[in-house]
Amino acid sequence: MATTKHTLVAIVRDRPGVLNRMVSLFRRRGFNIDSIAVGHSEEPYLSRVTIVVNGTTATVEQVRKQLDKLIDVVRVSDISGDKITVRELAMVKVKASSANRSEIIEIADIFRANIVDVASDSLTIEITGDEDKIDSMLKLLRGFGIREIARTGRIAMVRGVLPAEGKTS
Amino acid sequence: MKKTGAQIICESLIAEGVDVMFGFPGGVLLPFYDTLPQYPQLRHVLVRHEQGAAHAADGYARATGKVGVCMATSGPGATNLVTGIANAFMDSVPIIALTGQVATPFIGKDAFQEIDITGITLPITKHSYQVTSTADLAAVFKEAFYIARTGRPGPVLIDLPRDVQLEQAEYVIPPGEVKLAGYKIPTRGHPTQLKNAAKLINESRRPLIIAGRGVIISGASAELLKFAESAQIPVITTLLGIGCFPEDHVLSLGMAGMHGSGYANKAIDSTDLLVAVGMRFDDRVTGKISAFAPHAKIIHIDLDPAEIGKNVRVDVPIVGDVKPVLEAMLKIVDTREHVDWLQQIDEWRKQYPMEDFREGAQLLPQYIIHQLYEATRGDAIVVTGVGQHQMWTAQHYIFHEPGSFISSGGLGTMGFGLPAAMGAKVGRPDRTVWLVDGDGSFQMTIQELATLVQDNIAVKMAILNNGYLGMVRQWQELFYGKRYVATPLSCPDFIKVADAYCIAGARVTRREDVAGAIQQAMDHDGPFLIDFMVEPEENVFPIVPPGAANADFIEHPKKEVTAWPRRSTP
Repeated sequence: MATTKHTLVAIVRDRPGVLNRMVSLFRRRGFNIDSIAVGHSEEPYLSRVTIVVNGTTATVEQVRKQLDKLIDVVRVSDISGDKITVRELAMVKVKASSANRSEIIEIADIFRANIVDVASDSLTIEITGDEDKIDSMLKLLRGFGIREIARTGRIAMVRGVLPAEGKTS
Repeated sequence: MKKTGAQIICESLIAEGVDVMFGFPGGVLLPFYDTLPQYPQLRHVLVRHEQGAAHAADGYARATGKVGVCMATSGPGATNLVTGIANAFMDSVPIIALTGQVATPFIGKDAFQEIDITGITLPITKHSYQVTSTADLAAVFKEAFYIARTGRPGPVLIDLPRDVQLEQAEYVIPPGEVKLAGYKIPTRGHPTQLKNAAKLINESRRPLIIAGRGVIISGASAELLKFAESAQIPVITTLLGIGCFPEDHVLSLGMAGMHGSGYANKAIDSTDLLVAVGMRFDDRVTGKISAFAPHAKIIHIDLDPAEIGKNVRVDVPIVGDVKPVLEAMLKIVDTREHVDWLQQIDEWRKQYPMEDFREGAQLLPQYIIHQLYEATRGDAIVVTGVGQHQMWTAQHYIFHEPGSFISSGGLGTMGFGLPAAMGAKVGRPDRTVWLVDGDGSFQMTIQELATLVQDNIAVKMAILNNGYLGMVRQWQELFYGKRYVATPLSCPDFIKVADAYCIAGARVTRREDVAGAIQQAMDHDGPFLIDFMVEPEENVFPIVPPGAANADFIEHPKKEVTAWPRRSTP
């Protein structure tokens, strides 16, 4: 069976070790995590974890069920099949000189990215969007020389009104 | 009223109905142990090694259906519990493991006897806590016991830093039921799936039930019996399902899988509908997965949604507690006869009988198990270690009651037997508890003999002594060209060992002395050890070779000479 990228969204209790429990489960069942992003949710004491994994539908479903068994995981959904909005934030520090600075700023503008820091020999650009958009900008910037990249990993939300739709059990 | 953490721990244990715990003290647990005499209703059984405490709590839980409690100090005490916790996790046994921890200011400083036990046990506990405030203790204990015993049961660990035991806090029993957002306990099963299942059962010509430990946990033996009788469906059990269906019943086919009966494995190979109840398709049950139940649709009833579709494809998934699900099914499944199917199975029974051995001079282990059954009339709680003796017990003792067979299934833990038998006897002092063990398995936790004596725990022990690590030797004989590497085993004189512990014993070398020794053990007041010097190279048959299909089981080579039908056919 073909493997595809799946986006899992978990609402978890803010307890010590909760992330450890989740990540340990992925390791034990032999899953590679493409990205994981953690932050507060709309409810107090609950965090939202967005995990991107590669796998067949059946194996990802098995991992989703195993995650759901963790006491500190309140609910977990595979939202890959839903209409979702995904975003990632990246910061990239590009080598820049007075000769090419305006060219780099032009590229950033095309991607509606922001210049967040200017130094004599570099520019730091902040961009948000889906992974493709960020990858496209990075590709264009590579020619100038990239010093550092920091990416947050994907966060995602199902469109419409209900929180964390998709398959829960 | 303000109480110390140690007092709150004791009060919480009592509030959860605990009357006994198995433990071993140590530095950071001293505040707790110092408090224990204030609560005489809490019995503490001092084990000789912490692994024994965890297995004893496990055996206690399986024998009583209650939550077992074990405790160990920080560092090595805690790590010694690990095997026992893993064993309970694999077999879904509710135990609470309490571990001492260094005082909170020392945590993370590599203090003396500090170990990250919650981290170490992360993948083998249902849940775990490290309590960092005395005020949290009461709520944590209530939640921990709730999690251990509800849903799919399992071990829960509570790590208790020294200062948390010493400090004071207001003790209030948390009111009401434990509520945990997102902790779902499925109950009845989806009505549509129940209907789908009933339709398949009603249409099936060769239905077969395979029942596991989930039936015992759910307390659904009576429902299973009614269901099987009403629809006339033969019943196979897994190793851990043994006892959930009376093995002397005409519909019983005994155990399935690697050392299952030939007729059980033939039935799996031929069934057109497998109704799996509270079991998880372990590889020791399925054999080669692609050849498992090749002609069957599968209905899978289990409490744990993650078990459904994990190892085998399932046609009708029913996520629910076995008992209410079977009750509901009983109402919508037709009564049936299945005359041809049952007749076919009876032919297999005659063709592939379970071997038993009444003839000959050799002291054969199967014969001993049979004699043990005769002497106890199947009414004992029988606990085993892991190895050949375990399989012979599963095959040749006839169990008819849930909880009467206690064995390490998923983890296959050698050394489980003696401490688990100890826990079972402490939990059920009214019952005769027999340990059947191998000479290898027994030596792994032999130190608990001292615990039997100190706490006067009257376990009757039968060692099937063949001077080998028998199961491994059997595989070497059958699959590794008889190269017996690291399996010949020198043993101490077990009778002298028992005597050194002031435990009575007898050695049996001849078959005609078997029954007498068993009777002597039963008549004796207190623990008793029988050292049965059995045929050294006897093998467990039938065996499905590793990686082979269930239908390709190998029968006992001496079957023709010695076989007799084990169960009377109707």
